[in-house]
Amino acid sequence: MPEPGKLCDEPGCKNPAVVHLTQVVNNKISTHHLCEACASAKGINTAKPTSSFALSDFLAQLGEAGQTQAGEADVEPCEFCGLTFAGFKETGRLGCSHCYSAFEGGLRRLLTRIHGASQHVGKVYLPPNPTATDLEKRLDALRRRLNRAVESEDFERAAVLRDQIRAFEPAG
Amino acid sequence: MSEPFRKPDFGLEWLDADGPHADIVLSTRVRLARNLQGYAYGSRARVNDREAVYKTVQSAVDPVGTFEGAEMLQMRKLGERTRRIFLERRLVSRDLLGPDPSTAPTGAAVVVSERDPLSLMVNEEDHLRLQSLMSGLRFTEAWSVVDRLDDEIGQNLSYAYHHEFGFLTSCPTNAGTGLRASALVHLPGLVLTKEIERVLQGLAQVGLTFRGLYGEGSEVVGNFFQISNQTTLGKSEEDLIDHLERIVGTVIQTELQARQVLIRDAASVTEDKIWRAYGLLRYARSLTFEELMNLLSGVRLGVSLKLLPDLRVYTLNKIMILSQAAHLDEAAGRELSTPERHAHRAEYVRRMLETEGNAA
Repeated sequence: MPEPGKLCDEPGCKNPAVVHLTQVVNNKISTHHLCEACASAKGINTAKPTSSFALSDFLAQLGEAGQTQAGEADVEPCEFCGLTFAGFKETGRLGCSHCYSAFEGGLRRLLTRIHGASQHVGKVYLPPNPTATDLEKRLDALRRRLNRAVESEDFERAAVLRDQIRAFEPAG
Repeated sequence: MSEPFRKPDFGLEWLDADGPHADIVLSTRVRLARNLQGYAYGSRARVNDREAVYKTVQSAVDPVGTFEGAEMLQMRKLGERTRRIFLERRLVSRDLLGPDPSTAPTGAAVVVSERDPLSLMVNEEDHLRLQSLMSGLRFTEAWSVVDRLDDEIGQNLSYAYHHEFGFLTSCPTNAGTGLRASALVHLPGLVLTKEIERVLQGLAQVGLTFRGLYGEGSEVVGNFFQISNQTTLGKSEEDLIDHLERIVGTVIQTELQARQVLIRDAASVTEDKIWRAYGLLRYARSLTFEELMNLLSGVRLGVSLKLLPDLRVYTLNKIMILSQAAHLDEAAGRELSTPERHAHRAEYVRRMLETEGNAA
């Protein structure tokens, strides 16, 4: 629960603290007070649990996400499909992949509220005709998944991932 | 009746009850949402977008071994009843069929593998919905086959993908991995011992959520709960899958403990409940689907507790799916009225219990 009057501990941040984190490290108890933005930057999930994720909750979050930022009403509609940010807030559905760029700022805040993060850490997609960077990112992700499979002793999966990694590496 | 999709057991392998904990976990489902670059989604998609998406996906699916010999079925070209049968078999979603039962949206299609427990919906809320549906608790296996299919199809398509937000989806609640995994679990012990609320609240605290039999917005019937992940972004697919597998495993253990409590503290009441449910199913002349589901729940518990030894979980699974409205209409060869349907359902259940296991 927010403790009124407390400000965020992060240097230079004067926002009201909404997250009060008590940690026990080496038998020493410490308490940190953080605002939502600093908490999420530290990877702390501030989303409240709900018993069943109803569309209405999600739309309410959308509303909040939209209201918090002044000037969002001026966001240009998506150039590709013509959806406006207001139209998105009404239905909760985006119209095309370009909407993610058109509404990037508002969406980043919304995604962070919903998921507790906005950075994808799962599968890296390899498009048909990949560039060297695409290949590198994909390989990194595969190696990460391989380590994880080995750690959790899922050797069947590890073998599949190893084959996939080998397929990327130059022959010989 | 020559088309493969008219076979009586088309797409029903997940009913086999051969997976781990199949008496408690009816099925495990893992689905991935994917979209194509260059076309609008969902309600923003125009007819020509939808047609182009259908054609693009079809040509990407053709060379994929999983779908060898399988036809991509356009919902529009199927009869209304066949569409409803697909829905009752959980091969398509309500969203794919659209709001008007008499016709389906342009380009809405499904392809069901004849080889693997995999299917693919086209032009749903997202352009592609890849799905694996398996009997019992099998998150890792279901994820593994969907993951492979995604790689195979993804090679032939240009997915909408963002370096930060991951795979882009129509609804932001699916963005990132696009992965929604769920297990359909039968929890009568927790309901009867009134522990269920505590368990469901616990799920919310660990980032999971629950729904009824048919997913989003559907009611809980017959003590079946569909448990799934709530978030899709910021965690890897394997993390999401492992977490679900662990938590659902814990829910199963809690359910088993609740059943032990019932047997220990209320043996005669529990046994009476189970036999009454069996008796009603065995002799009733009219059954609504809801009543059937509630009675089946009691009988399923009886089979699990080995009180009804000659009855198989597979038979109960079949009854549950094949006694739904469109399946009964199909068997009768015509559209039944509501009272007729209740009578046909009761007759079908009596016949199944008589031929596939007589507990008495």
